[in-house]
Amino acid sequence: MAGTRGGIASWLFSTDHKRIGIMYLCGIMGFFLVGLLLGFLVRLELIAPGPTIMDAQTYNTVFTLHGVIMIFLVVIPSIPAAFGNIILPIQIGAEDVSFPKLNNFSFWLYVIGALMALSSLFTGKGGPDTGWTFYVPFSQTTSTNVSAAVLAVFVLGFSSILTGLNFITTIHRLRAPGMTWDRLPLFVWSLYATGWIQVLATPVLGITVLLIFAERVLGVGLFDPSRGGDPLLYQHLFWIYSHPAVYIMILPAMGVISDILPVFARKNIFGYKMIALSSLAIAFAGSLVWAHHMFTSGMSDTAVLVFSFLTFVVAIPSAIKVFNWVSTLYKGSIRIEPPLWYALAFIFLFSIGGLTGLVLGSAGTDIHVHDTYFVVAHFHYVIFGGLGFGLFGAMHYWFPKIFGRMYDKKTATLACFITFVGFNVLYFPMFVIGMQGMPRRYYDYLPQYTTGHFISTMGSWVLAAGILLMFWNLWRGSRNGPAAGDNPWGGATLEWSVSSPPPHHNFVSEPVVTKGPYDFTGVKADG
Amino acid sequence: MDEHPTMSAGGHGLPRDDYASRLGMWLFLFTEILLFGGLFLLYAAYLHRYPEAFHAGGKMLDKVFGTVNTVVLITSSVTVAQSITALRLGNPDRACKLLYATVALAGMFMVNKFFEWSAKIAHDIYPGSAHLLEAQDGLGIFFSLYYVMTGLHGIHVIIGAAVLLYALRGIRKGHVNADDYVLLENSGLYWHLVDLVWIYLFPLFYLVA
Repeated sequence: MAGTRGGIASWLFSTDHKRIGIMYLCGIMGFFLVGLLLGFLVRLELIAPGPTIMDAQTYNTVFTLHGVIMIFLVVIPSIPAAFGNIILPIQIGAEDVSFPKLNNFSFWLYVIGALMALSSLFTGKGGPDTGWTFYVPFSQTTSTNVSAAVLAVFVLGFSSILTGLNFITTIHRLRAPGMTWDRLPLFVWSLYATGWIQVLATPVLGITVLLIFAERVLGVGLFDPSRGGDPLLYQHLFWIYSHPAVYIMILPAMGVISDILPVFARKNIFGYKMIALSSLAIAFAGSLVWAHHMFTSGMSDTAVLVFSFLTFVVAIPSAIKVFNWVSTLYKGSIRIEPPLWYALAFIFLFSIGGLTGLVLGSAGTDIHVHDTYFVVAHFHYVIFGGLGFGLFGAMHYWFPKIFGRMYDKKTATLACFITFVGFNVLYFPMFVIGMQGMPRRYYDYLPQYTTGHFISTMGSWVLAAGILLMFWNLWRGSRNGPAAGDNPWGGATLEWSVSSPPPHHNFVSEPVVTKGPYDFTGVKADG
Repeated sequence: MDEHPTMSAGGHGLPRDDYASRLGMWLFLFTEILLFGGLFLLYAAYLHRYPEAFHAGGKMLDKVFGTVNTVVLITSSVTVAQSITALRLGNPDRACKLLYATVALAGMFMVNKFFEWSAKIAHDIYPGSAHLLEAQDGLGIFFSLYYVMTGLHGIHVIIGAAVLLYALRGIRKGHVNADDYVLLENSGLYWHLVDLVWIYLFPLFYLVA
């Protein structure tokens, strides 16, 4: 049967969810390093005013590719496609996902989309320089290779849709006997909510980028004001997907944190139902807030008021999660391990990112900080500090399950601290210079912002060092780390009941679930 | 959709689950509706802005072509539904014939479309044409939407016909049969979607005048 033989083809054409997940993980990590390098170069260029290491056109291409690669090749697939694939079927007691072949197909779409995105660099007249948002009219008129990039985004979106569709069906149909909806691990709940956003929001992005392509190739003029079109409608269509997409990014990370905290506090999660429901609430309310990206673009005051209000409404389910996580730790029997450090870093950074989001969501203050480094800082606190640290947490939490080995815990903790410090040194000054009026995406800046940019660039070195140390440590652990037991952390969810790494069909006999995911009665750690 | 799936040993390790297949197909149909949804949104916004131009544009489209194609597509939905019933009742030959009829109707639709588009382009009506650039505000937008939306729909007609032919091959080979017909059923669902989108496009473009 496919998936049990050796050789590269048994991986590439595997329909085994674990192998597909591991391939996604490798691809995502590879592109993460590429995106990291591009971001690092952007920071290096900005260390001092004036040209430093590249010209302005190269700078535009580099920050565009940093955005496109990080968003579409790393962040969107990250936790769902990698850890969702590896862990989700085991957590619900299933042998695989509902559509294993489709799962392999969506991985191939990811590969094809990635190759197309990279090809945009080397074909046509230079890499795209529009920023990852592809705003019209510039994306229609620029001579750089935007066409290839938007087609790549379309293909990657298709891949994301098929993953979401597969997960929703799997969660509905393949739960083991006794795995009722109120016994689902919260990671599964978050993937369920994410799946719905993937299915319902991504097609709108698909048609939007296809329209950019049609504008460039056929000249349909639907967004061209000289022919009666309205560029603002592009922004609406773009954000109808791309704001919900922020929740595709963050919800799975929240699910990871909800799974990690109870294990290391050895205590049932506080407010299980509210955390599960708040995932759905975020998915729903998050679909109704897109125009808060457009407060300065020109909208009626009524629309601004409504979208601002709805944005504040989304903050409620996010805050519910944060309070429940903190309450879970209260009076817990806390065992300090690397995954917990990452989870705590997540809560701290996500809280800063979330609260500064309200500054942007409130129409009055948004006018002041719109399109400044404040937005850059907020976005990176939520997505890198949130999703990124959630992803690192997931890597350290499920590492022994996937590889059957343990990494060096001291190095892992050290890497977490260095990354955490570097992260804050890198992004916190951006809040300050943003408030002072430093616009984002600029190649050059006035001398008064030099100190802030300088500190920020120093932070990028620390951050890069921390991440490289973390990767090196994990790589070393996967090669020759000591054998980890089946349940090194003492987790109560189903994946810890099978061997590490899990057998080909996941379970020797179909499991019967008799208790909740965070009921630690009788569960022992063996690592 | 029945709650209790047919459980028998499938070929891929997992038990066969027709309910899951249908659920997956319905989710996919949602994505298709939202793909067109973005365009319907643009249509709504521009209709609101240029009601007169849309009125004038609707008058310029040939209602005969539009009506014939609507009848063709609705008929094809009937034949594909009959094909599924025929297969369920154990008559694969009849099912195949009906599928051929459906694909033929799809072909007829596309041929009609070809002549309709050719006539329009011959009259210098296409995105960026001199005629439309000089015309009143919004007429160019109307025809750009017309080409983009009916064009995307036409691509779906071709994909739908290909999917139906794939199902037909399955019937010929015997693995799509009276007991296991979910592939044909899902292909039929997709075809109905193609039909349904046209049911909305027809009044929005041809009858808006």
